[in-house]
Amino acid sequence: MEFLVASAVGILTAAGLYLVMRLRTFPVILGMSLLTYAVNVFLFASGRLVIGAPPILTDAETYTDPLPQALVLTAIVISFGMTAVVVMIALGSYLGSDDDGVNDPAFEKDEDLS
Amino acid sequence: MSHWIILPIVLPAMLAPFIVLAARYHISIQRVFAVAGVLAQLAIAIGLAVATSDGTIILYQLGDWAAPFGIVLVGDRLSTIMVLLTAVLSLFVLIYAIATEWDSRGANFHALFQFQLMGIMGAFLTGDLFNLFVFFEVLLIASYGLMIHAGGNERMRAGVQYVLFNLLGSTLFLFALGSIYAETGTLNMADLAHRAALIGADATVGIRVAAVLLLLVFAIKAALVPLHFWLPSSYAEAPGPVAALFAIMTKVGAYAIIRVYTMIFPPNLEATSGSFDVWLQPAALLSLALGMVGVLAAKKLDRLVAFAVIGSMGMVLVSISMFTPTSIAAALYYILHSTLAGAALFLIVDLVKASRKSLALTAMPPVAGAALTAGLFFAAAIAMAGLPPLSGFIGKLLILDAAFGAGHQGLIWFVILASSLVAVVGFGRAGSTVFWKAKSVMLDADDPVYERPHVMAYAAVGGLIALSATLTVLGGYVYDYMIATSEQLFDPAPYISTVLETPGKLSTPTEGH
Repeated sequence: MEFLVASAVGILTAAGLYLVMRLRTFPVILGMSLLTYAVNVFLFASGRLVIGAPPILTDAETYTDPLPQALVLTAIVISFGMTAVVVMIALGSYLGSDDDGVNDPAFEKDEDLS
Repeated sequence: MSHWIILPIVLPAMLAPFIVLAARYHISIQRVFAVAGVLAQLAIAIGLAVATSDGTIILYQLGDWAAPFGIVLVGDRLSTIMVLLTAVLSLFVLIYAIATEWDSRGANFHALFQFQLMGIMGAFLTGDLFNLFVFFEVLLIASYGLMIHAGGNERMRAGVQYVLFNLLGSTLFLFALGSIYAETGTLNMADLAHRAALIGADATVGIRVAAVLLLLVFAIKAALVPLHFWLPSSYAEAPGPVAALFAIMTKVGAYAIIRVYTMIFPPNLEATSGSFDVWLQPAALLSLALGMVGVLAAKKLDRLVAFAVIGSMGMVLVSISMFTPTSIAAALYYILHSTLAGAALFLIVDLVKASRKSLALTAMPPVAGAALTAGLFFAAAIAMAGLPPLSGFIGKLLILDAAFGAGHQGLIWFVILASSLVAVVGFGRAGSTVFWKAKSVMLDADDPVYERPHVMAYAAVGGLIALSATLTVLGGYVYDYMIATSEQLFDPAPYISTVLETPGKLSTPTEGH
């Protein structure tokens, strides 16, 4: 279980970082989504992994920490909203300039010294 | 429990939806409410600053839940002075935005402006790390909207970069928070301070990773080299008043560094010692040098000011990285100064942009209202470069004085003094090209005639510079206050006991529950 979760976080982060290093908005946004999935799983695991235990204190021996679940919920909502925003802005930028590059344009083009 | 301390967050949070829902198509009504809101905000901020000036710590427990189970807002000298700075800055920026009609060039400027204020105020007042993350996101999502206000292809592209970079920063912030929670089981700052000190010497791996991740996140916000790449394009392409408001956002990063590293990971905590003199100080010196070299190398006026902001953040972080009470006090003074001077410069860039074909540093016909704009640029450049008589000079003097006898004194003095010289040359070159060489260019018959900016726009810029002068005249009082602030920061025990020992709902369990 620990191995599964840890490798999931690792693979998602690696794939996300790889995609974020691309130069076009579509793969970069996909990479950002993968990164947010990775961080959500990571946050979830930060309260220790417990199976089949209630998230409240009861008479039972074990319980699972409810706080990370609340944190993950907040993080999911925020990252979902942020992804929607970046998709819209990237679309606007692409439709406006017919170019979906993330970098600044080449130096000569940028320097409009006229 | 007084409710005043939550008003800087609740007031804009109520005002923004009201502006969107009730006054969507009436720009004048929006303006009235926005200005009234900012004035009320300013009055509250002054009240809070006065209330905490004697060292009182105001605690506000949301829903009356006791810390660390509930979220708390905490006002001490540092947070209230930053709230006051934000309120003052936002007033001048708002006046400028209205006077130049920037606010009517796209939809929802005033609502986004209020949300931005809500996020900034919340980040300064919160006493909980996850809550800090949430307020960071509030201020960021509002800033995404403000950044691309009025549209345009260049601005949209810069906006994409800005949003992506900040999303990466937010992800990193969540990783840091996850590791902190996994190590300590709490995210309340006061409780964290308590528990971080309890971690045994053989189990510090996790908390060290978390401390460095957190420092990285705040360094991204503070535009520390080499994490500064998001700043030049986004600040240069953002609308002038928005860039001026953003001048406070880099300071949120500096504030978070000061707050977290005086309280949770103080310099005498063995587990995390060394991150400042080994990592932060060289990076800060590098940002100072690179920022000022950027001022000299810039080919456009807006980039020049963006690099000046990077340099001034480098200066703040150099002072923070020495981590003595005097150096933190000097850094706080410099934060006040550089926010005002940076904002004034961004507004002046916008004044120039409004009456010139482009911001390229080449000779072009004189800008409309040239004499006044040039005079304001002269004063703001003096303040930013740190020449007497304005507040930049005092700020630099305080930082040099704090460096006296500290480690690497020679290097710090050399970088600060050399970078100041470079900045003076850079600003001098830019100012003389834009304003003096203008007389050598004949106005073509087909050149467009630009209108002189509104007088209130000048008043807003002049007000910011006048505040910089006030910081100089009252330098002694301000510095004394900053010393008191930093003494409060270096003695976090009252803060921690106020937060943790104030009873709330949980402390008095009633029968039958």
